[in-house]
Amino acid sequence: MIKVTDLSHRIGPAPILSDVSLSLPAGKITALIGPNGAGKSTLLSLIARLTPLQHGQITVAGLDVARTPSAALAKVMAILPQNASVHSRLRVRDLVAFGRWPHHQGRPGPEDRAMVAAAITRMGLDALADRFLDALSGGQRQRAHLAMAFAQGTEWLLLDEPLAALDMAHARRLMQELAALRDAGKSVVLVLHEVNYAAAWADHVVAMQNGRIVAEGPPAEVFTPAVLEPLYDMPLRVETYAGRPLVLNHL
Amino acid sequence: MNRPALLLALLLVPLAGASLGVGVASLSGDGLVFWVSRLPRTLAVMLTGAALAVAGVVMQQLVRNRFVEPGTTGTGEAAALGLLTVTLIAPGAALWVKMLAATAAGLLGTAAFLALIRRLPPQEVLLVPIAGLVWSGVLGAMVLHIGWQTDLLQLVGIWLMTGEFSGVIAGRYELLWLAGLAAALAIFAADRFAILGLGDGVARGLGLNPRSVMRLGMVVVALVTALVMATVGMVPFIGLVVPNIVSRVMGDNLRASLPVTALGGAALLLACDILGRLVIHPYEIPVSAVLGVCGSALFLWLLWRAPRHG
Ligand SMILES: Nc1ncnc2c1ncn2[C@@H]1O[C@H](COP(=O)(O)OP(=O)(O)OP(=O)(O)O)[C@@H](O)[C@H]1O
Ligand SMILES: [Mg+2]
Repeated sequence: MIKVTDLSHRIGPAPILSDVSLSLPAGKITALIGPNGAGKSTLLSLIARLTPLQHGQITVAGLDVARTPSAALAKVMAILPQNASVHSRLRVRDLVAFGRWPHHQGRPGPEDRAMVAAAITRMGLDALADRFLDALSGGQRQRAHLAMAFAQGTEWLLLDEPLAALDMAHARRLMQELAALRDAGKSVVLVLHEVNYAAAWADHVVAMQNGRIVAEGPPAEVFTPAVLEPLYDMPLRVETYAGRPLVLNHL
Repeated sequence: MNRPALLLALLLVPLAGASLGVGVASLSGDGLVFWVSRLPRTLAVMLTGAALAVAGVVMQQLVRNRFVEPGTTGTGEAAALGLLTVTLIAPGAALWVKMLAATAAGLLGTAAFLALIRRLPPQEVLLVPIAGLVWSGVLGAMVLHIGWQTDLLQLVGIWLMTGEFSGVIAGRYELLWLAGLAAALAIFAADRFAILGLGDGVARGLGLNPRSVMRLGMVVVALVTALVMATVGMVPFIGLVVPNIVSRVMGDNLRASLPVTALGGAALLLACDILGRLVIHPYEIPVSAVLGVCGSALFLWLLWRAPRHG
């Protein structure tokens, strides 16, 4: 479980997160939704100790992120930041292999190599594995970064807008892979703008607005006009399809 | 060992052989010239080339920009400032004290440069090298001014302008082994520098502390620069040209490429040094002058090619 207690965050004088308390269930897919600027990325990077904690407490699988050594946390959670971009000239395989670094510190064993190969296959990158990153399309690069996070093989996977650059086939494939990980006992937290992906695949949904949690629960409870209309400040309809909510937000 | 490393190692053998054979004095029967002059010179050149090339890569990872080297970011000038200061305050200080002062000053100069460029937009790739040239220009002017005021200009000139190896004899180059050791340390920590180059976020996500990797990198850069500067004088372009060519061919997986960079630096500097000994035989052209010509041409070519290849 990830437990966030009384979390507040400011950048300069501006409050970015205010009194956020929340628990994210283990062994589930949790979707973080909300309008641009709601504070989703900030929350995720605080959980992933990429941003130093100012006020409040966060534990991941019982480990206090402010106190636990970073190297130990890297074996427990992997993070894909929003707009991960890399200036180094690396081959896809090399980038993915860095995902194993927390486990071997420079001496990869056969198990590490197997995990890297599996992650590359998972993201459909076998044909591109020996290409340089700067010779890939935006979505292909995004998949390489996802494969790196997968290769880390952690109990928790934190992904900030993993679908942003993916076509619909790869988007669905990624959600299927995440569901498979969940079924294997792992826990996934992801920021999504495509509400219908959240509605179809997530077990738990957290809605944020202006640095606060405004709704939390299973998709059927959060994806209702009563919650979504004020959240995004737009009128919309919600239908049911195959027992899951289907948001008609594009009409 | 990968293939480029093997090829370069094989290339180094005849180069080293040539370097041991070329010179004004003929090799005497007792081996005096060989042991006192030729061998030390050859070793000094190879150590310098390898260490500078590796320091160049480390510097480039620290600032995430390909177009810098310790000589263009003020590290050399800062180290010279430190050396000059200690020479003035305590002319009789032990060698290791002087080296310590030069390294510490180089460290400060590098840290100041890193702080200076933190606010520059990363997509403007030429701003960082320009800031580096300005910063090293400022420090260099200070060094020259003090050198002029204190009649030490000649010494300063040797440190900063004319890196050359004609004065290298046994007993006068051994500090370069320490520079080689610093480079070896960087090769040992290659993964950390490669991960740092991926960005602070990625490094933290993988459990590395970007600040401590940076500190390690700065120590390597300052140590190599200070030792080379004080022993043979600054040698330009090696730290710039070799890493760029290696990166273009092999990419930035430093675990594989850093040994190649080291060998490449040794080979290029050795070739230039031999050339400098041959062109106006029996006189010599300083290797820094040879490199100034070859290196700047190569660098311009790299700059010109860069936009198209990302
Ligand atoms: N460096 C900064 N300085 C000032 N404000 C910032 C800074 N970075 C982010 N913010 C503000 O913090 C708020 C939360 O940002 P955050 O990136 O967490 O939003 P988000 O929910 O991830 O949005 P998006 O959906 O657009 O990715 C925004 O209002 C943003 O303007
Ligand atoms: Mg965001």
